[in-house]
Amino acid sequence: MIEMKDVYKRYPNGVTAASGIDVHIKQGEFVYVVGPSGAGKSTFIKMMYREEKPSSGTITIDGVNLATLRSTKVPLLRRKIGVVFQDFKLLPTLTVYENVAFALEVIEEQPKTIKKQVMETLELVNLKHKARMLPTELSGGEQQRVSIARSIVNAPKVVIADEPTGNLDPDTSWEIMNIFEEINTRGTTVVMATHNKEIVNTIKNRVIAIEGGRIVRDEQRGDYGYES
Amino acid sequence: MTSKEVITAMKARTLRRHFRESFKSLGRNGWMTFASASAVTVTLILVGVFFVIMMNLNKVATTIEEDVEIRVHIDVAANEQDQQVLRQKIEGIPEVKTVEYSTKEKELDNLIDSLGEEGEAFKLFEQDNPLNDVFIVKTKNPTDTMTAAKQIEKMEYTSKVKYGQGQVEKLFNFINASRNVGLVLIVGLLFTAMFLISNTIKITIMSRRREIEIMRLVGATNAFIRWPFFLEGLWLGLLGSIIPIGLVATAYYYAYDYLAPKLEGHFIRLLEFNPFVYQVSGLLILMGALIGVWGSLMSVRKFLKV
Repeated sequence: MIEMKDVYKRYPNGVTAASGIDVHIKQGEFVYVVGPSGAGKSTFIKMMYREEKPSSGTITIDGVNLATLRSTKVPLLRRKIGVVFQDFKLLPTLTVYENVAFALEVIEEQPKTIKKQVMETLELVNLKHKARMLPTELSGGEQQRVSIARSIVNAPKVVIADEPTGNLDPDTSWEIMNIFEEINTRGTTVVMATHNKEIVNTIKNRVIAIEGGRIVRDEQRGDYGYES
Repeated sequence: MTSKEVITAMKARTLRRHFRESFKSLGRNGWMTFASASAVTVTLILVGVFFVIMMNLNKVATTIEEDVEIRVHIDVAANEQDQQVLRQKIEGIPEVKTVEYSTKEKELDNLIDSLGEEGEAFKLFEQDNPLNDVFIVKTKNPTDTMTAAKQIEKMEYTSKVKYGQGQVEKLFNFINASRNVGLVLIVGLLFTAMFLISNTIKITIMSRRREIEIMRLVGATNAFIRWPFFLEGLWLGLLGSIIPIGLVATAYYYAYDYLAPKLEGHFIRLLEFNPFVYQVSGLLILMGALIGVWGSLMSVRKFLKV
């Protein structure tokens, strides 16, 4: 599903955020990406949805080589990938329903399909009853659920999450993890960068540890491995 | 529905969405919308007025140019046969189209007529006419007037050769000079208007940063993201062209009404209200639209890195 071969990323300011990354993630896997701040986790994640282009090497997602992908084709790639952030990135003037529907409207989905898919997804994240509320009227956990709903409403093959529980309290974080597990059981690949030791050590999954732009550890059912 | 119908239905919906978004932006930007539309207005008023004057001057110039004739004053010493010889020689010049003969009596009548009441005084000369008989020569091409005149000058029994070349040149020089000054002024204003529009679009882009970010994230195409900004620029340009069109049309209507009767009898004519004003209006709308779209293009390219 996701394959990186000898990937390097050097920024113009001289920082090398990836040096020789080789990794293969299969369809349906759940992968944690861990490591200290500034180790290159974000770059690793960003290269997957082509927010960043590798300086050298190849990244293949669902058979598409991102290193040579023309920028006009990027939108089509993004439709196969859902992205979730620490800060939710919801539109404050739109309701919960509208925020989720937005993702389908801007790729010119049909109104009937939009309505059906949005309602189904809101049900999955258990927010159907708050569909008409504005994001500001919701708790942090609920807002993150809206953001997850938006990322999966288009039924992507991969969901990439950058510290999705970073702004949430422990109880809420577990709620969010339950949703990601549910998404994963339905066959979607999940790649999650996280600093949450408790979660990584409790819900056992593959762990990729990155330090200094290199993969220093890659274990099936691994541990967090750092003091948090 | 067939798949083709689905695509058309989607397009119409998308277009409606873009229209809605662009109109929302106009309202949200409030005073910036007003400022940039006003800049377009000022620019287009100047363009309009300038264009109307230029086109009319041009018309006058071409009329005069077409009317250029060489007046060959025949020496009083020439008898009828000498005149015939001279006429044949002139007709022999390849550039010459027609040669007309006008007696000195006719010339005096023309002079008296053209001066109106004051011309009455010249009636005294009817007894002893100081004027010459004249050949009025027209060339096939107005630009050949000078070469033909030079040749005629050298012929026998010509006392004076006159042609309006100097005046036409002066008029053309004047038109060219004012055209250049006007163009510089208009280009300067065009850039100001464009800059203001691109600034307005920049504000829209900034205020919609998050929205654009999410659109890109979920896979909206670049064209889809850009459309509302182009439309907003287009509306700004079109909004700015309304007042100039109204103003130029009204002003030309009254100016034509006032000037046309005064010019009657002269060979100078103004361009008719219809279709000229419609052509000017079309030009102003087109320029407004271009300024708007170009202005927004500048901002979109600079700030909407996709």
